[in-house]
Amino acid sequence: MSGRDGLEALLAIGDRVAGMVAAGEQVEAVVLHSRDTEIRVYEGEIEQLSSAESQGVGIRVVRDHRQGFAYAGTFDDEVLVETVAEARDNASFGTPDEHLGLARPDGVAVVPLDLFRESLGSVATDAKVEMALELERAVRGADPRIAGIESCDYVDSLSQGAVVSSTGVRTASRETASYVMAWVLASEAGETQTGFGFSVGREPSELDVAAAAADAARRATRMLGSLKPSSGRLTVVLDPWVTAQFLGILGGTLSGEAVLKGRSMFADRVGDHVGSGLLTLVDDPTEAKAFSASATDGEGLASRRNPLIDAGLLRGFVHNSYTGRRMGTASTGSAVRAGFKGTPGVGCRALSLLPGTASQAELIAAIDQGVLVQSVSGLHSGVNPVSGDFSTGAEGIRIRGGALAEPVREFTIASTIQRMLLDVQAVGSDLEWLPMNAAGVTLVVDDVTISGA
Amino acid sequence: MLDEAVIQRVLGSALRSGGEFAEIFVEDKRSSSARLDDGKVEELSSGRDRGAGIRVVVGETTGFAHTADLTEAGLRAAAQAAGAAARGGRGGERTVQLARVVSPAPNGVTRQPGDVAKSAKVDLLMRANEAARSEGGAIKQVTVRCADSRRRILVANSDGLLAGDDQVKTLFAVSAVASGDTGMQTGYESVGHTVGWELFDRVDVEQHARRVARQALTKLEARPAPSGTMPVVIGSGGGGVLFHEACGHGLEADLVGKGASVFKGRRGELVASPLVTIVDDGTMAEEWGCYSIDDEGSPAQRNVLIEDGVLTDYMYDFLRSRKEGRARSGNGRRQSYQHLPMVRMTNTYLMAGADDPASIVAGTDRGVFVKALGGGQVNTATGDFVFGMTEAYLIENGEVTEPIREGNLIGNGPDVLTKIDAVGTDFAMGPPGTCGKDGQGVPVGDGVPTLRVTALTVGGTAA
Repeated sequence: MSGRDGLEALLAIGDRVAGMVAAGEQVEAVVLHSRDTEIRVYEGEIEQLSSAESQGVGIRVVRDHRQGFAYAGTFDDEVLVETVAEARDNASFGTPDEHLGLARPDGVAVVPLDLFRESLGSVATDAKVEMALELERAVRGADPRIAGIESCDYVDSLSQGAVVSSTGVRTASRETASYVMAWVLASEAGETQTGFGFSVGREPSELDVAAAAADAARRATRMLGSLKPSSGRLTVVLDPWVTAQFLGILGGTLSGEAVLKGRSMFADRVGDHVGSGLLTLVDDPTEAKAFSASATDGEGLASRRNPLIDAGLLRGFVHNSYTGRRMGTASTGSAVRAGFKGTPGVGCRALSLLPGTASQAELIAAIDQGVLVQSVSGLHSGVNPVSGDFSTGAEGIRIRGGALAEPVREFTIASTIQRMLLDVQAVGSDLEWLPMNAAGVTLVVDDVTISGA
Repeated sequence: MLDEAVIQRVLGSALRSGGEFAEIFVEDKRSSSARLDDGKVEELSSGRDRGAGIRVVVGETTGFAHTADLTEAGLRAAAQAAGAAARGGRGGERTVQLARVVSPAPNGVTRQPGDVAKSAKVDLLMRANEAARSEGGAIKQVTVRCADSRRRILVANSDGLLAGDDQVKTLFAVSAVASGDTGMQTGYESVGHTVGWELFDRVDVEQHARRVARQALTKLEARPAPSGTMPVVIGSGGGGVLFHEACGHGLEADLVGKGASVFKGRRGELVASPLVTIVDDGTMAEEWGCYSIDDEGSPAQRNVLIEDGVLTDYMYDFLRSRKEGRARSGNGRRQSYQHLPMVRMTNTYLMAGADDPASIVAGTDRGVFVKALGGGQVNTATGDFVFGMTEAYLIENGEVTEPIREGNLIGNGPDVLTKIDAVGTDFAMGPPGTCGKDGQGVPVGDGVPTLRVTALTVGGTAA
């Protein structure tokens, strides 16, 4: 199943499911298919090689203002019939909610995005293996202190999806993605540190193995000799990769579902000054350079550019058809699904900050006492998006008198999401599209608590 | 689930283009969940995941393919793809003789969740919702979820192993949002076991829900957590994620083998305080990480990892145990038939000690008491790990006093293990967890008695 025929086949399955709608009902199917290749190499050999197809259908039924859901991993006709029946039965147990209902085409045109590279289908497996091996060689040769590789992978996928509903939605899209990634170990004087490097693109020819190797080696070796810093309050400079993770969390607080259900700190604050005037945040899944770009959302409606924060002022939230309807507005094309096994939630898919004009080096030069944070850990355990508490493990390089000084590790950075937005001192010019739902950029935040010795 | 003769032919086919070892893992999993949020039962959801994963090993190379097509033709196609991916070795016909292995099941199931009326599940959610909201007007939102699954697996390999398991899990979770002058706060508690619907004969859902609401209300009074290194007391049953991160992952033989663990080369050495004995036990009846066989067909085992402070052994999967010349330990697990197995934990815990729990706090002049832990993360190569505190208090002059806000604690595994100076008699398992590694999540349990670490860094904002 590939190419245009593939999309037609998925749409046909969606049509079949939507066609099973009974009187007084709405039925929707999300139909997904992907072909994935994963290669892991170790010490010049293939350690693991997987190549497989995955597929599935997720079916929503809305009946009498109640919603039910069921999914299956095959497209056999009898399985589709069974799954619709199961979703219909599940619907009978929901609490009636007058706002429940599937999305209807809303007249917003789908922006055509070129996310599929036909050529990926004809790249030989041997060539992919060679890329992974080349990355391993490049990393090992990048620095004499590189002592080992924890993992070195090449991964790609050709994926397609369709959403068809009895309310008139009928869209399909496809995309390709490939990346190489390495986690490496650097050792010196009995101490080991780690670092990662990656390169992502729509097909192998877009990957830069040398850059990925250099990044991994740099991140690992510059942590050698790192010590635990003392506790205090400092200005932090977030590396693009870290900023992207922070933006992803921020995006979650701007979801219409969080706002509707009283779980967002920004619920009544549209029009308020919620952050530094340097902060302009947009969610735009039609941005073709974003790796999480997609022409349509999880309900099959057109993706669109949604401005969220404008020079520190809160503009609005993102919605799917339910949250939009319930809040007296409309879907912003922001329904999100993690695969076919669940109903659509709401979320930001391609966030980015308006970049500034200074490079990371220039921003660091302006800081007397600070720390450049290279990576964070425990985002799921120390960050509470409802209360706003933000506390993560961190590692990076101390900044003293405008210059990078000693590497530091085994410390935490803490503040609150609310305070961090207000304490942004600068946004760098180094906007970078990363393989997550937010772009990265250097971000300087004042008055963050460092917990160490 | 599959005809033995078919399995034998598929394994033979997998080895046709070469290979020393082939395995077929078949999985049929039925899941269902129900969620109540904002006062409404939002949806019931159910689904089935069914398929087979086939791997072929040639030397140090593993080829893998999976399929949802369980006909003989579909399986043979996957077998050939896996065989081709492993590329090499000597080809030819191989006959595989299977012998079924039966391992004791950790427990029985009295009420299959699949047989429980959906209305009963909904009723549970509504009772919990009402109970949580009855704790007061400051409770602004309540979410209740129940979920269950029945996972049947069959493993067969070219060494002749044939084994199966039938794993039923039931889970219940409540979260609440409270709002007050200091903003919003949350409470959360989950309970889950490898049992059927009989879980609810022993869980009082209203009491559970009220506890969650009170946790959120308590946290409205929480002050900023301290910042810096100090003594930390972990309450019993609060969650053994501390050990899961401090040493659990570091004792997985695949990470050790790649030089990515600070515990490499330390078998037989004192790596922790002599008060510390850490066990990983897949046979623990009904716990979230238990099973009869792992996902490679090895029987679950109780493995003592650290005994009285001395590192006894690592955890292995099939390939690692073979490579290192060690016995199987029953730790080869995978998220689903679509994934390759690797070394994973099961139920990981610190064994009870001899100290009176009350004396542990009483003997701490100043520090933090963590009653409930959240998740965590570790860099096994450096040993640095974090874990979250979702309900914690200050300790002042030997007493638990003010609640403090959420945050991460950070430490270095080998260092923290030597700084445990008190271990209580009051062991208890914690809530069900999902351990993530290399993109795969598996269910795990953990447990601790009350214990004290003399120095851990608390990541708060109050100097």
